[in-house]
Amino acid sequence: MKVTQQQFDKMSKKASKSTNSVKNLVGAFLIGGAICTIGQALLNFYLSVGMRQDQASTLTSVTLIFLSALLTGLNVYDNIARYGGAGTLVPITGFSNAIVSPALEFKSEGYVLGLGAKMFVIAGPVLVYGITASVLYGIIYYIIHSVVK
Amino acid sequence: MNKSGGTLILNTPPSIAGYASVVGKKEGEGPLAPYFDIACSDTTFGEKSWEKAESRMQKDAVNKALDKAGLSPSNIDYIFAGDLLNQCIGSSFGLRDLEIPFVGLFGACSTMTETLCIGSVFIESGAAQHCVCVTSSHFCSAERQFRFPLEYGGQRAPTSQWTVTGSGSVVLSASGNGPYINAVSIGKIQDLGITDMNNMGAAMAPAAASTLSQFFKDTGTQPSQFDAIITGDLGQVGSDLLIQLMANEGYDIGNNHNDCGLMIFDRKQSDVNAGGSGCGCSASVLCSYLLRKIMDRQYNNVLFMATGALMSPTSSQQGESIPGIAHLVQIKNDLTGGII
Repeated sequence: MKVTQQQFDKMSKKASKSTNSVKNLVGAFLIGGAICTIGQALLNFYLSVGMRQDQASTLTSVTLIFLSALLTGLNVYDNIARYGGAGTLVPITGFSNAIVSPALEFKSEGYVLGLGAKMFVIAGPVLVYGITASVLYGIIYYIIHSVVK
Repeated sequence: MNKSGGTLILNTPPSIAGYASVVGKKEGEGPLAPYFDIACSDTTFGEKSWEKAESRMQKDAVNKALDKAGLSPSNIDYIFAGDLLNQCIGSSFGLRDLEIPFVGLFGACSTMTETLCIGSVFIESGAAQHCVCVTSSHFCSAERQFRFPLEYGGQRAPTSQWTVTGSGSVVLSASGNGPYINAVSIGKIQDLGITDMNNMGAAMAPAAASTLSQFFKDTGTQPSQFDAIITGDLGQVGSDLLIQLMANEGYDIGNNHNDCGLMIFDRKQSDVNAGGSGCGCSASVLCSYLLRKIMDRQYNNVLFMATGALMSPTSSQQGESIPGIAHLVQIKNDLTGGII
């Protein structure tokens, strides 16, 4: 071959269409915004039936997680996510989808090594680094709080 | 046989005695719909797992091709088969009841021509009278092995390709009325440093260019002397790059090149981004549209080259680049006149 790796790198970058950021940003804003609006509506509803703020917040999260799991099972969530992108990934619904979808997929390998083990294949790293980051944040907060006081 | 460089020109070219294609729903609704033997509207093919569905496709493709050739499994000396699943279980489980001496092959998406090359040489050497060459891929079994669960909500890159749910099977015989496998070229592994698993077309294009230009050099031919040059699953990105790389080597293939990945889906309607991919892409297009056009003598002299990306999820996660491979077979209707 007459082409060097560097030349081919340039050629392939030129030939590869890049992601349409404008379309993706608008999709993420609209669909992510819609999910958050549904969350706010749920919160208002739970408050209006006389729940405490903390109870209503928790129940809002639980409801959104349930709806996302249900839509994942009904083969709908991934079709929304195709347009929503980060708008469906970032809210709590994305986390629910990340756990439910491998659970469905790997059920064929059994309930222990399939469903049970593979359930966290996508969400696992989020849990590991999310929990680690929150612990570190807590320690830093504690130190700063002690010094300032 | 005559070996000229990397190309084997066969003295007694095997004849294609039968061929068959089996595809899934999306492929069966695409532009090549009228050409497939079996298009199943149920992507599970009535099976309990995606892996079983893929095995079922291979089995159906082999049985259908044998039917069309008027042969039974006991007439077949060897079956050469492969797929994308770990340890090639699509082939071994699908074909285990056939009682045909079995050779499992892995060439990633180049497996269709890999099996055809080896089958042809077995027949040329006299080791076999009849061989079957078969391969398959299934979108759902490939996704769960290489990417994300089906229901996971994510966006695909514009350079990504859609694994074809399909299988293609060819029966080769030592004697017959054609079309014939006239020459075969086993490709060399090429790696120009592409690491993006979502850009397989770019990773495979150098291998395609290497094998194709090698064939032209070995045989002293030019692209315009062939009715069609069909690659396996380069998609839009890989096809564009192949044309550029070939121009660099001094060959203009712009007029008669097409790619199975661009032929099998209507890319505007079916959300497949850069096109189709997978072993089943080249196999099902060869064993439907392409061989039909050759049988109808619309094409009489065709270069068919399946392309493969030889990576695994492990190598990609470890940051390795993606080595490509491409094997070529020349399919001709008439045996007069050597290569042309």
